[in-house]
Amino acid sequence: MASVEVRNLSRSFGTFKALDDVSISFEDGGFYALLGPSGSGKTTLLRLIAGFGYPDQGHIAIGGESVERVPLEKRNIGMVFQSYALFPNMNVFDNIAFGLDVRGVPREDAAREVRRALELVQLSELETRRPHQLSGGQRQRVALARAIVINPRVLLLDEPLGALDKALRLDMQVELKRIQREVGITTIFVTHDQEEALTMSDRIGILRAGQLVEEGAPEDIYRRPKTRFAATFLGEANIFEGIWTDGRLRLADGTLLETAPGAGRGATGEPGCCLIRPEQVRIAGENDGGTGNRLEGRITRRLFAGNWTTVFVDYQGKTIRVGQANTDFLKLEDGSKVTLAFSGSNTIPLQS
Amino acid sequence: MNGNSTLAAHRSQGMKAAQLLFPAYLWLVLAVFLPLSAMVFFSFVTEMPFTGKPWSMTVANYAAFFTTGIYAKLLLSSLRLAFEVTFWCVVLGFPAAYVLAKVLKGRSREAIFLLVILPFWSNGLVRVFSWAMVLRSGGILDTLLNAVLPFKVDIDLIYSYPAVIIGLVHSYVPYIVLTCYLSLQAIDDSVIEAARSLGASRFTVLRRLIIPLSLPGIVAGAVLVFVPVIGSFMEPRILGGRTGTFYGTVIEDQFVAVFNWPLGAALSFILLAVVLFILAAASPVMRRSA
Ligand SMILES: Nc1ncnc2c1ncn2[C@@H]1O[C@H](COP(=O)(O)OP(=O)(O)O)[C@@H](O)[C@H]1O
Ligand SMILES: [Mg+2]
Repeated sequence: MASVEVRNLSRSFGTFKALDDVSISFEDGGFYALLGPSGSGKTTLLRLIAGFGYPDQGHIAIGGESVERVPLEKRNIGMVFQSYALFPNMNVFDNIAFGLDVRGVPREDAAREVRRALELVQLSELETRRPHQLSGGQRQRVALARAIVINPRVLLLDEPLGALDKALRLDMQVELKRIQREVGITTIFVTHDQEEALTMSDRIGILRAGQLVEEGAPEDIYRRPKTRFAATFLGEANIFEGIWTDGRLRLADGTLLETAPGAGRGATGEPGCCLIRPEQVRIAGENDGGTGNRLEGRITRRLFAGNWTTVFVDYQGKTIRVGQANTDFLKLEDGSKVTLAFSGSNTIPLQS
Repeated sequence: MNGNSTLAAHRSQGMKAAQLLFPAYLWLVLAVFLPLSAMVFFSFVTEMPFTGKPWSMTVANYAAFFTTGIYAKLLLSSLRLAFEVTFWCVVLGFPAAYVLAKVLKGRSREAIFLLVILPFWSNGLVRVFSWAMVLRSGGILDTLLNAVLPFKVDIDLIYSYPAVIIGLVHSYVPYIVLTCYLSLQAIDDSVIEAARSLGASRFTVLRRLIIPLSLPGIVAGAVLVFVPVIGSFMEPRILGGRTGTFYGTVIEDQFVAVFNWPLGAALSFILLAVVLFILAAASPVMRRSA
């Protein structure tokens, strides 16, 4: 097991920059999610770490040792592909044993390792099946077992749950997390599903058009994103645009919003924006004074989702989402006037 | 659904299939079955009927194969020729198919593909005579080599066994390239990448994945080459000269030179029997690879 250090990595295809000066470090034993829209360079980054192709510029170090000149079969990395890429001419056992075979591990040792990996992914009864006789979730587990049985320094997963249906996906998320904890292996996990990234990882890196936009712990990125892209990509967001005035944001109607201190604040006179999450907005009572930001709006729609209610409030032609676990919201009527209240410390200035 | 209506549905589907298949079967009967049965008949007569000469039924034509020994010897050398040609076709065709399927992309793939298919589009006779010009002493290859090499070489391959092999391999290698190309195309690139990331060398990937996974294509192509080469006569005759007497050329002689059609027909059916026997013997291997 090892840390992975990526510095100033760039990779172009023709004139198209798939990765543009990306630096990121993955700590030993951590579970990282690389998140970004399709085409943002996630797979490219993962493949460069694995050794499929070489970067145009930049450095990659695994366990503190530079791997620029190490060909992929010597990198000792476990990789799980979105398509699983199981060997169709081999049964489950032989698929998992493949990596040990090519390393020349003696038969009995290999068999023991394979059985242990099979137990870990709970597939012990299926070792003689062929890949085409397995369900999607089972193939996924075989692919995982095959990758970890070689005891790799790093585990790379490229949208491993992308091809599974929702229920199976949730099961596999839990399973994957359990296996990663048990083995304690540094894991880099590519996904375009923000919820998956939030629930599973210790740290998240957000990519956009080949650049690393933001990186940090899930709660930090969610609560205090630095960029507008991260704020809107991860979770639901209300974004206000305006002009910075002494650390406050002046909206089009002249209202001044208090904001939390942060790098996103611009100098007075500069245009800017800030974020307030739906669950941080309250619907204030008639004579509920209080401090912080207050906006008057009109309810346009209410969405009841069992444990959660979202109320859509029109404010100056802009829709603001208010989300609460409170079903009292349902008693409000569409079209009624409400006051929205949210504290300045939860109003996060953003770099656009 | 209840049992009766499913049965009815099946039956009407069967009817539809029969209607669709009818033209194909009619064609098969006319084009294959009738001529073939005529040949079976010819192989059991003493003289061709309809020529005015008296004729009777006999098995002498088949007996000739077993009594003289010369035909069996020729059949063996034809089999050996077919094995060698098939071997060289696989050795040359498989790597070409691999490069086409897994290395080249886009334009260059199309261009090379065209070059591989080209022999299919040219007339067989033209193809063989071109080889004759190339392989002759004082021919194209000879002249070319002597023009670039500082020492004198004398290439005179024409009318030799290697010339026959070269001509046949050139004619038949596209079959192997095409069948291997198809089965190599079907191998997911990420399967190869997965093997590499697990620590396998390129050679191990070839041995444990690419060859096993493309075996159906190799076997199918080999059959497509092997069977017609046993009976081939044009390449052996034109490129082999006096050394080019094989089973196929003897059969051809019976039809176009000596006009002993009954013997020619009998020899053809013996060849057919041998080919079927070989395919049957090899079928467990083929079934396993498919
Ligand atoms: N081998 C390649 N040749 C040309 N373009 C490529 C290649 N691989 C990736 N790209 C391009 O690079 C961009 C990033 O791709 P990728 O890393 O696969 O994105 P992601 O995995 O985030 O969806 C895409 O626009 C893709 O078209
Ligand atoms: Mg991708």
